[in-house]
Amino acid sequence: MKNLIINAWKTIAKPSVHYSLGFLTLGGFIAGVIFWGGFNTALEVSNTEEFCISCHEMENNVYEELKTTIHFSNRSGVRATCPDCHVPHKWTDKIARKMQASKEVWGKIFGTINTREKFESKRRELAEHEWARLKANNSLECRNCHDFDYMDFTAQSGRASKQHSTSLASGEKTCIDCHKGIAHELPDMSGVEGW
Amino acid sequence: MKKILIALFSASVLLTSASSFSGENDIATLRQNTPIDSQKEPKKMTKVVNSDIKQKRNYPMQPPLIPHTIRDYEVDLKVNKCVSCHSRNRTEESQAPMVSVTHFMDRDGNFLAEVSPRRYFCSQCHVTQENAKPLVENTFVDMNTILMSKDKTPAKH
Repeated sequence: MKNLIINAWKTIAKPSVHYSLGFLTLGGFIAGVIFWGGFNTALEVSNTEEFCISCHEMENNVYEELKTTIHFSNRSGVRATCPDCHVPHKWTDKIARKMQASKEVWGKIFGTINTREKFESKRRELAEHEWARLKANNSLECRNCHDFDYMDFTAQSGRASKQHSTSLASGEKTCIDCHKGIAHELPDMSGVEGW
Repeated sequence: MKKILIALFSASVLLTSASSFSGENDIATLRQNTPIDSQKEPKKMTKVVNSDIKQKRNYPMQPPLIPHTIRDYEVDLKVNKCVSCHSRNRTEESQAPMVSVTHFMDRDGNFLAEVSPRRYFCSQCHVTQENAKPLVENTFVDMNTILMSKDKTPAKH
């Protein structure tokens, strides 16, 4: 084992005998572009709604529930897809979330939520993960579209403008504190703050 | 003889069915005599009143109307969105009217700690309003109006 590592190091450390410096640098650059492009393309494919709902767990539960809400169907036709809310937009956060998502691959393989009953019994736990994430990042995924600085309180209903101009403006509350269940059905809420 | 009877019978059946058809046309329906095989042009949909202003009740026992939108409000076995503002514990923060105490009673008149299961589904009685013209004429008069008009007409004794 030790010899193997030493031999590998010797091969890498030796100057190239057969290939020119130009070939190696340019070739390395092109290979890098292809690798990086491929990686990012694959990453983006996993960031589409079609990818999410290619699993029946997502299509039959959460996607069906989304369909009746304002984030799916509304007067202006702007809609949120799964990754808009569930995947961070910043690259480092995105990669971190993607690593966490390996747990979801595990769940898919072993069918932890492959029936409606199993999904319902896990709903509270899954919802709590999302609440915790949005609470921790100050509802970042909401704010990617709903920018507080551009909110017109006069166009909101009385109740909404009152709450947004006080609790939200002071930073005391964040979107998810009040808007739980905005896009999917809620779990049993007993013991949740504000319910 | 038999043929005459059959002819008479079928004639009477035809007559009664014809008269019942003409009678149907007199009944005011929301379809307004649109033939059964065609679809009436639907009325424009109106928006739910979202003023947060309490509306007068037409009679004392009327369930209060909901003066705000309730789109996607979840009321099921798991959760009751309405109660998240209107329950006793939540009204201080929400400043919403509390669910009336009658809702805590079971059918034997015992007061429970929480909303009784028979009063759990809010929109069975409480509804939102829309700024729409009534589809059929309504001649309802509230009892104060009746009492006032009685006061004006002198009693006959």
